[in-house]
Amino acid sequence: MSELAGNRAQKAARLTLGLLLLGLALAVIAMLSLATGARAIPLENVWTALVAFDPNATEHRIIWDLRMPRTVVGLMVGAALGLAGAVLQGATRNPLADPSILGIHAGAALAVVLGVAVLGMTQLSTYAWMAFAGAGAAMLVVYSVASLGREGATPVKLALAGAAITAVLHSIINAILLTSPRTLDEIRFWQVGSLSGRSMDIALQVAPFLAVGMILALGTARLLDGLSMGDDVARALGQRIGLSRGMAGLAAVILAGASTAAAGPIAFVGLTVPHVARAITGPGYRWILPYSMLLAPILLLGADVLGRVIAPPGEVQVGIVTAFLGAPFFIALVRRRKLAAL
Amino acid sequence: MSVVSDASRIIAVRHSAATRRRNVLLGLALALLAAFALALYLGDYPVPASGIVQSLLSPVTGLADRSVDFIVLQVRLPRAILAVLSGASFALAGIIFQTLLRNPLASPDIIGVAHGASAAAVFCIIILGWSGLAVSFGAFGGAVLTALAIYFLAWRNGVTAFRVVLIGIGMAAMLAAVISYLFTRARLNEVQQAMAWLVGSLNAARPGDSIVLAGAMLVLIPLMIGLVRALDAMELGDDTARALGAPVELTRLGLMLVAVGFAAFATAAVGPVGFVAFVSGPLARSLLKGAGRGFAQAALVGALVMLVSDLLAQHLLPTVQLPVGVVTGACGALFLLWLLMASGRSGRVN
Repeated sequence: MSELAGNRAQKAARLTLGLLLLGLALAVIAMLSLATGARAIPLENVWTALVAFDPNATEHRIIWDLRMPRTVVGLMVGAALGLAGAVLQGATRNPLADPSILGIHAGAALAVVLGVAVLGMTQLSTYAWMAFAGAGAAMLVVYSVASLGREGATPVKLALAGAAITAVLHSIINAILLTSPRTLDEIRFWQVGSLSGRSMDIALQVAPFLAVGMILALGTARLLDGLSMGDDVARALGQRIGLSRGMAGLAAVILAGASTAAAGPIAFVGLTVPHVARAITGPGYRWILPYSMLLAPILLLGADVLGRVIAPPGEVQVGIVTAFLGAPFFIALVRRRKLAAL
Repeated sequence: MSVVSDASRIIAVRHSAATRRRNVLLGLALALLAAFALALYLGDYPVPASGIVQSLLSPVTGLADRSVDFIVLQVRLPRAILAVLSGASFALAGIIFQTLLRNPLASPDIIGVAHGASAAAVFCIIILGWSGLAVSFGAFGGAVLTALAIYFLAWRNGVTAFRVVLIGIGMAAMLAAVISYLFTRARLNEVQQAMAWLVGSLNAARPGDSIVLAGAMLVLIPLMIGLVRALDAMELGDDTARALGAPVELTRLGLMLVAVGFAAFATAAVGPVGFVAFVSGPLARSLLKGAGRGFAQAALVGALVMLVSDLLAQHLLPTVQLPVGVVTGACGALFLLWLLMASGRSGRVN
């Protein structure tokens, strides 16, 4: 018994150390994100800009006015996507759950298109709210459509319902975009998912939502562990299944909606990161959730930095880079034998 | 005694199934004929029914009225024929995929084949500056390459429906990212041109499109019939089929290629018109109520859906001609909800 407790303490110590290392890696990536771009800035100058800001130095201005908001939004969105993916996968007991697969992004896109085309919105900060509402509505529809039927929301049914609803929403989006060139022009830059041109205002605007969502999500760890034993066992242990799922779903929608509002639809981060986290920590959402929360911004900021340097003088939007990093990972995952075992 | 009565009952059931198949086929054919006549009749330029008949017969009779002949033979007829052919092709592609993957949601417009065609076409329009027939070639290539990629990525000691569907969805997401990226790299008018292609439309129907598509169908349909015979064994499940000596993988690959051919040729002709492939098979089967697999019926349903959707798209709004893809998309949404609610009652999705 004491040996077991000792093992557990050892594991906890190891995983805590891992978390610290990830935090360190994240700090390094964030520094790189401040240093990289059309004008490369040496790391020591980045450091001076952070500790001793000089408003007359051009490099300092670039860092504080352009790259700092971008990096902050990247950190927030990354953490939100990672957590949202992990919570969705846990709550649905589905290894393929992800905001883009489940149609959340298409819902946000339709809402934004409507906002631009019908309500005449032109500011990123105003149509962020539309994205938020659309994401929530789409998630609700997809999940309720998929849980019809006796066996409930199985992985294939959820994925297909998500894909089908996405296709439906896109055909409506297309109809609007065809008749309104102005909307098309506005939307095509939002649609890819990008961190560039984000101001500190946007970060401040979505920060309260992300904070609430993160607290809620981290609070569901115990509930998700219960759900992972199967509904019957969880119920026998006295857990309220519906309430747990509802709380986890709410956390996921807040996180995914807020991140889509801030950066547009970014695919595959929420899908891939929880699997990496699970591979490191083993089962148990008490560890999977914080690991996902740190790993995802590393991936997102890393992809953003990569996107800034691979196609000079322009840059490739982060949503494209993550799709191209994420899709092969997804396919490899599907090819693995024990997919549905979660 | 009981053996005899069982046998006669089986014969009776078979007979009633055959009757139902024939009745459904006949009903659909009549509906299609009516819609076709309506497609020739309706339009901004009023032509009386007698004028349409006369114009249709003019190659034989030699009676010509140049303006009416132009409207009927050069505008409305090619459009209606292309609608019928492309609708039937999409439907056959859809029902083959749905039958092979045993899931009504697994049609080529959802599991990535249409996305491959779209990404290739957008690449041709925006990067290569192509238009017209060249874009169709590009789309064809994109559809075939994507389908092959999905198949081979899903291969692991054989192919399971589950893996094909999910890998198709993954590919679809990646190809969607390609399209979004290309959209940010182009001028607005190129993006508009690409968007118009992506929605799919019969507005620019030319006689040549129908000839290419009809030629492809003449090759693909006999191939399909041959391969579908082998399906009968496969319906019993992979192991049983293998035990009965059916070359399961080969049949499956062949049929998938045929389905991809249908989808690719139709997409090349009219663009990736959504949901026709998706709705036709399940609609035909719900009409048949279990009496047969319904390939022919599905093809007629697809043609009918396409033709009626195009009529709605042309005449629904007085001033604007909508592309047909918008109407089929909206119909698809309603159908999807119905399908999932029906499956909710019966507890399964097929």
